[in-house]
Amino acid sequence: MNVTILIPTALRSFVGGQSSVLVHAVTAGAALDELVSAHPALAQHLRTPEGKLRSFVNVYKGDEDIRHLQKEATPLVAGDILTIVPSIAGGAR
Amino acid sequence: MGLTLSPAARAALLAHAEAGYPHEVVGILAGSRADGVVERVAALVNERADSPANRYQVGPLALARAEAGLEAEGLEIVGYYHSHPDHPSRYSDFDRDHALPAMSYVIVSVVSGRAASLQSWRLRDDRSAMDEETLHPSAP
Repeated sequence: MNVTILIPTALRSFVGGQSSVLVHAVTAGAALDELVSAHPALAQHLRTPEGKLRSFVNVYKGDEDIRHLQKEATPLVAGDILTIVPSIAGGAR
Repeated sequence: MGLTLSPAARAALLAHAEAGYPHEVVGILAGSRADGVVERVAALVNERADSPANRYQVGPLALARAEAGLEAEGLEIVGYYHSHPDHPSRYSDFDRDHALPAMSYVIVSVVSGRAASLQSWRLRDDRSAMDEETLHPSAP
């Protein structure tokens, strides 16, 4: 399935400056894996060393957070748009 | 390259940090990424009501909405700022763990309600640390 992934400003320098990347995948997790295999420098910013999505990485299929769908197993159909939306967090101690 | 805060952006950032004391405040740095110039800051709401004195968080929808508004005005997202109440303006391990790459992170130390120091940090590509970047004085 041809699926478009929209890339946020913070991650664009890791995908050659593009704001979107076309991948072929049938699940959200597979789409992210294909994105990372094409752009390996992105890997450590998307996932923890244990392979989980980092806390600030939110992935939406259309308008819905995949955490509220079937997470990385969320199925995709041709033409779906996945959007990586950052959140921000931090603090003194 | 470093980062330059316009006088208005710097004043607004410091005023926000002092007004929010003893809680952490957070906001967006907007301007030109190529030039490393912050023309405007936009205050955000710290969603960490459980621990606002030493944590901040802004969820994806609130952040995306605020950033889209700034981008609609022709500004780019240069980075983010937050305050450290009664704590140095150095980044914490928690800050580093949650940092986005390719963004400037300005931290303002607020001691007893007054802004005491200001530093800007950028995450290394390997996420092992954040490096301080020069904060340039801006032309008036």
